[in-house]
Amino acid sequence: MHVVGLFAAVAIALAAVPFFGLPAFYETFLYLVFHWIVLATSWNILSGYSGYFSFGQGAFFGLGVYATATLAAHYRWPFLATLPMAAAAAAGLGLALGTVVFRVKQVRGELFALLTLAVTFVLATVILNTSIDGGPGVYLSAVSLPAIGRTPASTFYLLELGLAVATLAIAWWIARSRLGTGLFAIHDDEDVAEVLGVPTFRCKQVAFAIGCALAGAAGGIHALFVSYVTVAETFSITVPLTVVLMSVLGGTRHWAGPAVGAAVITIISYASTTGDHVLAGKAAVGVILIAVILFMPEGILGTLRPGRTRSKRQQGEVPQAVVPAGPGDQDFPRPAIQSSTTGARVLSLREVSKAFAGIKALDRVTLDVYRGEILGLLGPNGSGKSTLINVVSGYYSADAGSIVFDGQSIERWPPHRVARIGLARTYQIPRPFAHSSVLDNVVLTAMFGAPALSRRDALIEARRWLDFTGLASKANALPAELNLHQRKFLEFSRALASRPQLLLLDEVLSGLTPTEIDSAVGLIRRIRDQGTTIVLVEHLMRAVIALADRIAVLDQGSLIAEGMPDDVMAQAAVKAAYLGTAANVAG
Amino acid sequence: MNLPSPTLLAQAILSGIFVGALYGLLGLGLSLSWGLLRQINLSHFALAFLGAYLSYQLATVGGVDPLVTLLVIAPLFFVLGAAIHGLLSRFAVTPLNSLLVTFGLTVIIESVIQWYWTADYRRLASRYADITFRAGPLFVPLPELMTFLLSVSLCVAVWATLRYTDLGKAIRAAAEDAPIAAAFGVNQRTLAALLSGVCAALAGAAGVCLALTYTLTPSQLYAWIGVVFAAVMIGGLGSALGPLFAGIVIGVSEAITMALTAPSWAPLVSFSLLIVVLLVRPGRA
Repeated sequence: MHVVGLFAAVAIALAAVPFFGLPAFYETFLYLVFHWIVLATSWNILSGYSGYFSFGQGAFFGLGVYATATLAAHYRWPFLATLPMAAAAAAGLGLALGTVVFRVKQVRGELFALLTLAVTFVLATVILNTSIDGGPGVYLSAVSLPAIGRTPASTFYLLELGLAVATLAIAWWIARSRLGTGLFAIHDDEDVAEVLGVPTFRCKQVAFAIGCALAGAAGGIHALFVSYVTVAETFSITVPLTVVLMSVLGGTRHWAGPAVGAAVITIISYASTTGDHVLAGKAAVGVILIAVILFMPEGILGTLRPGRTRSKRQQGEVPQAVVPAGPGDQDFPRPAIQSSTTGARVLSLREVSKAFAGIKALDRVTLDVYRGEILGLLGPNGSGKSTLINVVSGYYSADAGSIVFDGQSIERWPPHRVARIGLARTYQIPRPFAHSSVLDNVVLTAMFGAPALSRRDALIEARRWLDFTGLASKANALPAELNLHQRKFLEFSRALASRPQLLLLDEVLSGLTPTEIDSAVGLIRRIRDQGTTIVLVEHLMRAVIALADRIAVLDQGSLIAEGMPDDVMAQAAVKAAYLGTAANVAG
Repeated sequence: MNLPSPTLLAQAILSGIFVGALYGLLGLGLSLSWGLLRQINLSHFALAFLGAYLSYQLATVGGVDPLVTLLVIAPLFFVLGAAIHGLLSRFAVTPLNSLLVTFGLTVIIESVIQWYWTADYRRLASRYADITFRAGPLFVPLPELMTFLLSVSLCVAVWATLRYTDLGKAIRAAAEDAPIAAAFGVNQRTLAALLSGVCAALAGAAGVCLALTYTLTPSQLYAWIGVVFAAVMIGGLGSALGPLFAGIVIGVSEAITMALTAPSWAPLVSFSLLIVVLLVRPGRA
């Protein structure tokens, strides 16, 4: 907790500054530092944490400026009463924008940046041409400033200090909260985050609204600080770009990164404006931006952060899956009946179809999965196995048919909701969150999966599952340091930490050596023994025969066989799908 | 709202076509580097302004014909563009980071322009400036007409090169899948540097047109970014003719908006179009 103590001490010390009777210059300069700290840190809450770089900070800041200007100058509101309205207006704009934009899957990265920039110019044009501004700008010189400090400079100083402290505290808290965990996961792989249980849309909306509100409040204070606001000045391109520059410089994955960057850049620009070096200072900012992106992409704090304790063990070593050390069996839904065909249905697909641009990936598939069984799902490449997994987990929505999981119709549910009620999947090509440690990868699903644990409990839970899969020694490594086998086991750990009722395994054995396969087969068996139902998509016959209680075979999107392994493999249609018919061979 | 006379409206549409052609010319290089090199080159606008100022300098001080300055500016900018590409590819920057890096470059170039030519307004006084043709009731100023013709011919030339020559096919193949293209013998690195040089040279050409038709001040370069991005997004990334058509559509709709309401409403048209395109057809990027 020493970070909190240090932070509080600095905040209190800074709050005492106005009482030393320094020249107003110092307070005004520090006001500007705090101003940029608020703008950069509030930007970072959505854009830095989740990677959705917004170039629209000017719009939210500007809306705050004009909300206060309008309410205080035209409607004679007391200044302090306008600030919550400035924050609310900006948050409202952010929410409205997010509601539209975050629903369009492809609007990410540079498209989101451009879109938010365009919104800024639209807003500026509207304000310029309506009675909000009308062209000549708004004077606030008649608005009275509450006497919080002894002088106006002290008052602005204290107001902005308070806002900066609040902003940093919020950014710090979010980075540690469930919301922050979700945002960091969105940054690395949004699709996987959603499938693992992160309500991505809500996370982005909440983060956006909080960030916008803070920027709006900063705008409200700044309106009175400059006392004469114009559209050209308020909505200039410098605000969004400076904010991005500051955050990238300081480090966007750290709560304090933008504040460090804001302080550095404000001091540099100030030092250059006082002398005759305005242009040199401007050019220096450009040089710094280029140098930081090329040489220090993680930013100052990202680079200085103490290195993770790297695992010293050999990369090639195969972790031996051990007997589960901790996971309490009582938390698992025990299969009611062990028999493979007479158990209760945990998953029922009825006439499920899915087509891509006219190609039928799934064609009226009807399939039941019974509690406690391992169902082997077979089929040639392109037969629809992966589509089936994606449809069941909610990543694709089915064109037709019904999907019932654990008694609930889930065919219209978003993926994170399906994950919440106990459905987990692994990816054929492992898709870990690249910037999170192995441990944090697993912590995420414990927090966002069925158990919905607090971060503290999730840490304990995650360590259990790393023990279970034999990855405990790699807990602090980054996924990039793992070999393929270990990454596949990370996929297992991640899925298991969500305590699923049903686990969909997508070709977990492909690419492994025979020894690794044996260890994985042992692991899968133990997962089932814990009470988890498994659907095993696999090409490797030996493993399927060893593991599966029943087998279903897909071919060209249709279910062509279903039953006990020996019976299914003997069917002519299955042989034809796998080996080709005599006619096909001849042709 | 009082409707302007048909002549006034036709004149507005004509000037919309002219300014749209300049949007298209500015967008051409941007579209090629974004679509074919995955680099969002914000410094394209700064290069265009640098080109405009160089043209101004050569024409005003050196007494060179503005069109002839193109012969100096184009090769110079070709080298500059290849150098910028060298920097970006050396560090393998992502599209988003290319946006940030080239913004840094933009700020530096803007500072250089402002340092040498100051923030005062500059106007290139050429022998073309005052020549205006009459087509019926309409006025056709020569500088605008020259911009239009240059823009159309460059866009068509680039389009034809990409479409019909082996070089163009190789460039498109490398943009689609660089490793596979390389495996089939396409020298992707050289092509990318070449393309980047061409984009910068096109920025120089757009700069000469800017100098011919507009009064210059350094900060004005930011005013073009939004509209030209809109033209590029609407026209399609990597397309040569798309930005020209989209630019003209935007230019004309802006001109009509200005004729019907106030000039200050004009940005609403392009940016609203951009927002709609981004939301409805994000797959184009």
